[in-house]
Amino acid sequence: MRMRTLTIFLTTTVLASVAAGSLGQAQTSKPAIELQWWHAMTGANGDRVNKIADGFNATQSDYKVVTSFKGSYTETLTATIAAFRSGNAPHIAQVFEVGTATMMGAKGAIKPVYQLMADAGEPFDSKAYLPAITGYYSTADGKMLSMPFNSSTSVMYYNKDAFKKAGLDPDKPPKTWPEFFDAAKKIRAANAAPCGFTVGWMSWTQIEQFSAWHNVAIGTKSNGLGGADTELKFNGPLQIKHLQALIDAQKDRVFEYGGRERQPEGKFPNGECAMIQTSSGFLGEAIANSKFAFGVTMLPYYPDAAGAPQNSIIGGASLWVMGGKKPEEYKGVAKFFSYLSRTDVQVDTHTVTGYLPITVAAYKATKDSGFYEKNPGRETPILELQNKAPTENSMGLRFGNMVQLRDVFAEEIENALAGKQSAKEALDKAVTRGNAILRQFQKSSS
Amino acid sequence: MERRAIFGNRVLPYALVAPQLVITVLFFFWPAFQAVHQSVLLEDPFGLSSRFVWFENFEAVLGDEFYLNSLGVTALFSLSVAALSLGIALLLAVQANNVIRGSHTYRTLLIWPYAVAPAVAGVLWLFMFHPSIGLLGQGLRALGVDWNYLLDGPQALLLVILASAWKQISYNFIFFLAGLQSIPKSLIEAAAIDGASPRHRFWTVVFPLLSPTAFFLLVVNIVYAFFDTFGVIHAVTGGGPGKATEILVYKVYYDGMIALDLGGSAAQSVILMAIVIGLTVVQFRYVEKKVHY
Repeated sequence: MRMRTLTIFLTTTVLASVAAGSLGQAQTSKPAIELQWWHAMTGANGDRVNKIADGFNATQSDYKVVTSFKGSYTETLTATIAAFRSGNAPHIAQVFEVGTATMMGAKGAIKPVYQLMADAGEPFDSKAYLPAITGYYSTADGKMLSMPFNSSTSVMYYNKDAFKKAGLDPDKPPKTWPEFFDAAKKIRAANAAPCGFTVGWMSWTQIEQFSAWHNVAIGTKSNGLGGADTELKFNGPLQIKHLQALIDAQKDRVFEYGGRERQPEGKFPNGECAMIQTSSGFLGEAIANSKFAFGVTMLPYYPDAAGAPQNSIIGGASLWVMGGKKPEEYKGVAKFFSYLSRTDVQVDTHTVTGYLPITVAAYKATKDSGFYEKNPGRETPILELQNKAPTENSMGLRFGNMVQLRDVFAEEIENALAGKQSAKEALDKAVTRGNAILRQFQKSSS
Repeated sequence: MERRAIFGNRVLPYALVAPQLVITVLFFFWPAFQAVHQSVLLEDPFGLSSRFVWFENFEAVLGDEFYLNSLGVTALFSLSVAALSLGIALLLAVQANNVIRGSHTYRTLLIWPYAVAPAVAGVLWLFMFHPSIGLLGQGLRALGVDWNYLLDGPQALLLVILASAWKQISYNFIFFLAGLQSIPKSLIEAAAIDGASPRHRFWTVVFPLLSPTAFFLLVVNIVYAFFDTFGVIHAVTGGGPGKATEILVYKVYYDGMIALDLGGSAAQSVILMAIVIGLTVVQFRYVEKKVHY
């Protein structure tokens, strides 16, 4: 019995080593270096991520980009941080724009893109990218830290059929907030839809975008781009007036709150709310699921606010390169970024997903192809971003622990909408609580 | 003569319990120790810098008005979940125990929800009660009820309590049913012959004999409400609106994983650990005295 076990053991070992040997021989050429890319894209956008990786892998054989889906944006960031702590960080991590300050604060954990490209000797010109986008991901002196990937901004979608039913001109969407509220009231009066309008990403669209669009500050130090010792100050009269208008508009469902982040987006394609302000990245879903004609237009503004409309700011995510990898791996990442920035790749991605083109050349090429004339509304986000030269209030924003800040803003707004406090109390509290979080961030990252 | 299994080998007993010990140390003691260690550190999320700060994290947590709010929410939530799921399960078990025809079908159907994961249970209830996509949610609104748990705190709390309690009823039901079936029929019959009414029989004979089961379930349900309901909260409300449904364990997750405040989160989990240990001790010390085995 013993003898037999031993024989079997020996035979398997020998067989295994023979197999290993022959395998080793079959792969005399150098195996491709694997580059891990963690992302948070689902559905059509997730397919796009895989397509880009496959496209890059097909152009050369030295590197192989391997994608893995890690859940929501927040989950992907958390997974990346946990992996870094245990020494298994991916090469590339997709981090949403609100995680930017967190990544920037982690100096030893990341490899800045400008440095990556220089070290790898890869041709790279940060001016080739749309400045409205790169401003978010660069240091104060213009050095690009992460590679823009999917950028969006906030736009307004409106149901043309509901507009017609309410006696409104479907080709003349409201331009200002008073017109906007009026349209929503008419829609409710005519019962053209069960709800006038809703908003996705409440704190992003109604505080951050709203402030930039009206050229009022979200925080000091150019909304935090100028340093971590920034303080929030979005409790100004205009923002209070606007939140109060939203609270009042809840009567008769002229406005209806639909939850945080992208939750309210379902209310538009099903015809429940006739208008929605949310990310331009929602376009694909709106096209796929709406059974009515709809239009995409710019965000409304208050005409009595000086300088409005200013320009909108971006959302979406960028690709961060994690630190502590081998030089030859960084070389592969640099090559991948060059591929990603190629005009044909960008045009393809932009026209399929509704996210913005990240390079100036890709925007021009899309425009020249006549795509925007055939698809009105597709250019709206870019026009919004470039509406005016950005001021210190509209260049972007960078706050530590932004994920948490957004939830704080949402909580206080929810309590105001539920009638527990006034608009002013809500914004004052959001600012006070937010500043405490900013100080905590400063303390733990210094 | 006493008949006992005696192990001559001194090592064997230790070898036999070793796997369990390894699991306990690896998955219970080690993380608990890590939490205690982390709770006295101030660290950036990436672990690049770390500072020993004594009890600063605890001070911050206990001085946080939202932590106190979360304590209140947890107390209300846990008591409601435990009371609801125990009460309904007992009622169902007593009824199922009386049924003769088709009793197997009833029992099987009542046990089913236990196989549902908390997160899935949450999503099921979300799909029923969502104000715009939920069938019952829409129904409530059609009836003129201003149903919108996305904005109304008490409604949101009610919804997560119902979903969590529903999920736990089956578990309690199995134990209550088993407990009921182990009560000797002769006792109940004797009480009946003595002229005790069904209600009287239940409270004086059946319920005291059921008390070990009820006590065990009370402990399990409190622990369930404290920890396992995370999935329901995460799927249905995410702690909102405002902070109306943020129970302690959700706050631990949120502050650690989303807000990336590892020290504060660890301090909270140490406090949570102390609370649950304390509650269990209290239950064993005082409630158990009233239990007849």
